Amino acid sequence: MIRYWQLFKESAFLYRFRRDKVAIASFSVLMLLVSLSFLAPLIAPFDPYDPAGIDIMDSDIPPSWQEEGDPRFSLGTDAQGRDMLSTMLYGTRISITIGLFAVLLQLFLGIALGLAAGYFGGRIDSFLMRLADIQLSFSTLMVAIVVLAIFQASFGTELYNDLAIFMLILVIGIAEWPQYARTVRASVLAEKKKEYVDAVRVIGLGSGRIMFRHILPNTLSPILVISTVQVANAIMSEAALSFLGLGMPVNKPSLGSLINSGFEYILSGSWWITTFPALVLILLVLVINLLGDWLRDVLNPKLYKD
Amino acid sequence: MTDTLLRVQGLKTRLGDDTNPVRAVDGVDLDIRRGETFALLGESGCGKSMTALSLMRLLPPSGRIVDGQAFLGETSLFELAEMDMRRERGGRMGMIFQEPMTSLNAVRTIGDQIGESVSFHDPENRGRVSSRVLELLKSVGIPDPERRLNEYPHQLSGGMKQRVMIAIALAGKPELLIADEPTTALDVTIQAQVLALLKGLQKRTGMAILLITHDLGVVSAVADRVAVMYAGQVIEQASTKHFIGTPAHPYSRKLFQSLPDSRKRGQRLTVIDGAVPKLTQQFNQCRFLERCDKALKICAQVEPPWQSIRTGEGMRCHLEVAETTEGEDQSDQADERPRFTGSNEVLLETRGLKVHFPIRQGVFKRVVGAVKAVDGIDLVIAPGHTLALVGESGCGKTTVGKSILQLIPPTEGSVRFEGAELTRLSRGSMRRRRSDMQIIFQDPVASMNPRMLVGDIIAEGMQAQGIGGNAKQRWTRVLELLDHVGLSEEAADLYPNEFSGGQRQRICIARALAVDPRFIVCDEPTSALDVSVQAQILNLLLDLQEERSITYLFITHNISVVAYLAHEVAVMYLGRIVERGTVEEVLDAPLHPYTQALLSAVPTIDSDTGREITRLEGDMPSPANPPAGCHFHPRCPRAVDACRKAYPETTHLSETRQVSCFEVGEE
Repeated sequence: MIRYWQLFKESAFLYRFRRDKVAIASFSVLMLLVSLSFLAPLIAPFDPYDPAGIDIMDSDIPPSWQEEGDPRFSLGTDAQGRDMLSTMLYGTRISITIGLFAVLLQLFLGIALGLAAGYFGGRIDSFLMRLADIQLSFSTLMVAIVVLAIFQASFGTELYNDLAIFMLILVIGIAEWPQYARTVRASVLAEKKKEYVDAVRVIGLGSGRIMFRHILPNTLSPILVISTVQVANAIMSEAALSFLGLGMPVNKPSLGSLINSGFEYILSGSWWITTFPALVLILLVLVINLLGDWLRDVLNPKLYKD
Repeated sequence: MTDTLLRVQGLKTRLGDDTNPVRAVDGVDLDIRRGETFALLGESGCGKSMTALSLMRLLPPSGRIVDGQAFLGETSLFELAEMDMRRERGGRMGMIFQEPMTSLNAVRTIGDQIGESVSFHDPENRGRVSSRVLELLKSVGIPDPERRLNEYPHQLSGGMKQRVMIAIALAGKPELLIADEPTTALDVTIQAQVLALLKGLQKRTGMAILLITHDLGVVSAVADRVAVMYAGQVIEQASTKHFIGTPAHPYSRKLFQSLPDSRKRGQRLTVIDGAVPKLTQQFNQCRFLERCDKALKICAQVEPPWQSIRTGEGMRCHLEVAETTEGEDQSDQADERPRFTGSNEVLLETRGLKVHFPIRQGVFKRVVGAVKAVDGIDLVIAPGHTLALVGESGCGKTTVGKSILQLIPPTEGSVRFEGAELTRLSRGSMRRRRSDMQIIFQDPVASMNPRMLVGDIIAEGMQAQGIGGNAKQRWTRVLELLDHVGLSEEAADLYPNEFSGGQRQRICIARALAVDPRFIVCDEPTSALDVSVQAQILNLLLDLQEERSITYLFITHNISVVAYLAHEVAVMYLGRIVERGTVEEVLDAPLHPYTQALLSAVPTIDSDTGREITRLEGDMPSPANPPAGCHFHPRCPRAVDACRKAYPETTHLSETRQVSCFEVGEE
């Protein structure tokens, strides 16, 4: 373990990270957002999920630095009287959770199907890749809207509100697996030709072990790179769905549903309900994408050799 | 004709950052005369390519010339403005590279690419570019030049591309042609063509050639004078004749002794221990010190000065010439190993082995033909012996090895290992069989998973086969194996990229040995390695054969390695075996015209054999569309009508010898 730590400390990866100001800044901002949102129950001044703690009389209070502001609510309150800061902290937590788990699901499906397609080839490959093509010809949002709308209509809003977070993870996760499957398949095809794969076949290893122990670790770099972009994409998809009213319910808002709930009031002067969550969302997606770009540059062997 | 064309003085080139620079070229002096071929000989990483790139001022971004001067005629190359240098480059100094595949632009016709050089460097012919291009193509011996003009690089074979590269270099009518390993990527028969072409062009145009190579054979075949580079310095310079006869520097002497050939059969090859020192250090001792067995006290204290031996010849060593040769056993030892005269025992046997790769076309992937990579091969290997499978690239020899191991399923035919038919074994029983047969690949970099520790790589086979006891016992065995192949125990905890090429090949051997195989396919195991490292690996393979009576199928294109270690030889051409027999039979008295041509094309270091070179014309045809009749007839100097009609039957001359040629069949 100490050896791995030592290796990491001396690695080009860490060296290049330390020399890149954008990477350091992005990473710090991301870590700040993540830790704040996951520590929300400890640091948030109010609990937005507790109906008893919300007073409708506090609704639509502007941020505290404005004339009508209230020092209790630093970033103001929304139409239902919830503290914006607390709601946003909780909302960010939901957004990140959905993004991460949706990507985990994509990873699982994409790696399993991509590995199988690339390693076995032939009919399995043709079948899986045509399936991916078909799936990619529907946009993620379209699939999600149809599935979520049908679910909501047939099982009722009550049940939907309880299961919304799982449904979102499932829908976004399943809709985007072809991205991974294609990347993994391409890497597997390249790795499969290398002699070390023949060498372990000669040793008598089975297909499963060759795929997971030998080929998969060598395809991790591109997977890592698209994973960052995919997390950002999943967060965006969730926000878009929530904005359309098909995502998280109003009583458990994500960043997207917060933006949506404030949107109605933006013309009546309550700009803060939409603006603050929107800024957080932009910041979150931006730093993840910046980190992804940096990672791609570091892991790309062609750029690496200069 | 002895006036100096290129004079290099004290050239020093560095790479990398200033705090810890790599001294790639560290004080090189050269004099190249007009019209001569001057060879720069050295192992990889000794700075010979960097010397050439410095002269052309084409160093990589991190490289720079820190000291020294170079004069081409009267022109001081390092003082020229970049604009004027561009005129010299490709003008008075042409250059050709090792990889003809990547040195040409793939999306432009070759006529275009040669024409570009003509119009930039040859103002006299600017009005008649296309006819000049045609002349150039003719002069480099490209058949049917009018048609080739409009072709793209991918339509040409490797040898043809190298000819095009030479034509581009010739367009500027160079006085000096720098050839950086021009034939290393080519097959021996093609190499012979290209070397002959360069010699012929030199005779006609009077240009000088700076030939950069690692191949002593090539040096002795074409060079007039030679300089040996080691760790960024020239350590010996001599005329080729003197150099081949009596190399002076201890390193040069060892280099010759580590070359395998038939006279060294049964003896261990001399190895040069250790490795080239790191060029990041500042030297104040002899650079060869740690690897030299004649080192004196002074060698460790003072960097040896240049010592002149004859005019224009000398070496960088503290010893006198007479002293460097002292204590060496000059007598050719007699062949210690008994000659192989056939054996009744059979370990492995293939009958009619065929591997065809279907060519598919169209939406429905219809099979429109097949690449007949291996087309009916019969082999018999006796236990404890080595069969060498010889042939040029693309003849299917690697596919034979892989299909014997069932890595590529054979299309037809049988492979019997100790009587068991491998082609019909189920997956499971084949996997259990795997411990009996292993493979060592050509490229030790690609043949190991870069993300696994060396110890795990070696242990994996035992684990897969369920042998070697528990994890702890296996680990002990891993350490034993590492020791056995000459690596330290710490190696087990490192990653493959922390080792040099030769060390990696040792790890690959250890991995193969881990499952206690009785048969190993060695697929060009030394062709990616330097000569001195090659000797280490060959010694190791032979020791293992002696200790464990392992049987080898040795796939190679290197005839001297075959002569050194094989018992039997099979020569392959375009998917079929054209001749086979014991190593003495085939190498001393080849019968098939292809074998004869192949053997004569190999440049040897014996300067005066007076043998006749059978030079082959053209390239090997595609295995997707082999010529009718005998596959070899389009290139065969002695082809007759019968050869065009049918493939000759195999004639068995003796128990061990067989040839497929009408000439032999009739007798």
